[in-house]
Amino acid sequence: MKTDDLIGLLATQAAPVAPHAGARRTLRALAWSLPLAVVLMLVVLGLNPALAAYVRLPMFWLKFAAPLCMALAGLALLGRLGRPGMPTLRTWAAYLLPVAVLWAVGAWSWLSAPAGERQALLYGLTWSACPACIAMLSAPVFVAAFWVLRGMAPVRPRLAGAGAGALAGAAGAAVYALHCPELGAPFMAVWYVLGMAIPVACGALVGPRLLRW
Amino acid sequence: MHTTSSGPDHARAALEDGLRQGLLAGLAGDTGAYHAFLQRLAAHLRAFFRRRLSHWPSDVEDLVQETLLAVHNQRHTYQPGQPLTAWVHAIARYKLVDLLRARSVREALHDPLDDGELLLAGSDTDAHEARRDLAVLLDALPDRQRIPIVEVKLQGRSVAEVAAATGMSESAVKVGIHRGLKRLAACIRENKAL
Repeated sequence: MKTDDLIGLLATQAAPVAPHAGARRTLRALAWSLPLAVVLMLVVLGLNPALAAYVRLPMFWLKFAAPLCMALAGLALLGRLGRPGMPTLRTWAAYLLPVAVLWAVGAWSWLSAPAGERQALLYGLTWSACPACIAMLSAPVFVAAFWVLRGMAPVRPRLAGAGAGALAGAAGAAVYALHCPELGAPFMAVWYVLGMAIPVACGALVGPRLLRW
Repeated sequence: MHTTSSGPDHARAALEDGLRQGLLAGLAGDTGAYHAFLQRLAAHLRAFFRRRLSHWPSDVEDLVQETLLAVHNQRHTYQPGQPLTAWVHAIARYKLVDLLRARSVREALHDPLDDGELLLAGSDTDAHEARRDLAVLLDALPDRQRIPIVEVKLQGRSVAEVAAATGMSESAVKVGIHRGLKRLAACIRENKAL
């Protein structure tokens, strides 16, 4: 087929494109994946029985709000990674800002605690389960984010996969915070961040394979 | 063929603006403007790829066609406020890197000099002749996608005429073309992975 024939064919398809197609696809993806993550948390792990008391503690809000902010930045990141020619450096910086806050608060809490209490602040009672649980709860949004990207045009598939994982990890951590009994800032700084990093690594790994177009 | 003066910035800005208006008009449904946009874009892409594929001139037209198809299929990812050049360049670069990667993998697997047929398969005399014939890939599409595309392309018929001739509804013809073009891009991808 001559290129001119192809152009003639494509030109017949000039038609109004539905505006905000990417945003609507993202909303549709979140509409099923986020509730699914919550259900997964309720069924497999269970809601924190002390949640009503926790909502009055600043540490709970740090634990919940940091991943929530990261998820919002992750949404912006997904939109930019799916569009050719959009720089993403600043959005990545915005995504990582809450991590810096978690690390700063965690380090301050660690250093100001008596040496005898540091172990408890860092490991809590659930450190060995936390990262894997966050990774598990991130799975629905992980699939949804990849579905969104496959409908767009990611030109850096590995980075885009990492971005999808970044959104998924943050969403999974925010949902996990509703189960998690821990209140130590060093705990969050290490195990939450590790849990959120797992889907990022997975996304970077499978991105080049799943995001070709 | 267009030749672009690589002179002052305002010439480039005018070029960018002209292309952008063409795409936006196309996105608003203006067939003529979209046609002109694609033609100008094809000329720019051809020059762009020719500079970067001096060792493989026969791949240039394939890549032009693949990129045009990608620009068309992914046009919903263009945001009106974004510089069009940045958007198109990112797509063209992605397709170029994809081709070079597929090529280096393939050449690592086979020694091309051992394959006499491959050696004679291509001809460079006409730079505008694509090596990969999209028409062949087109034949593999299901009827409800292939027939609307072939009718519109070869017979130059309008969507309404094709609908009347085939008994399909107009929206079925449009959907057939839309899905067929997506499928075509997927076929190119699968072919390359072989």
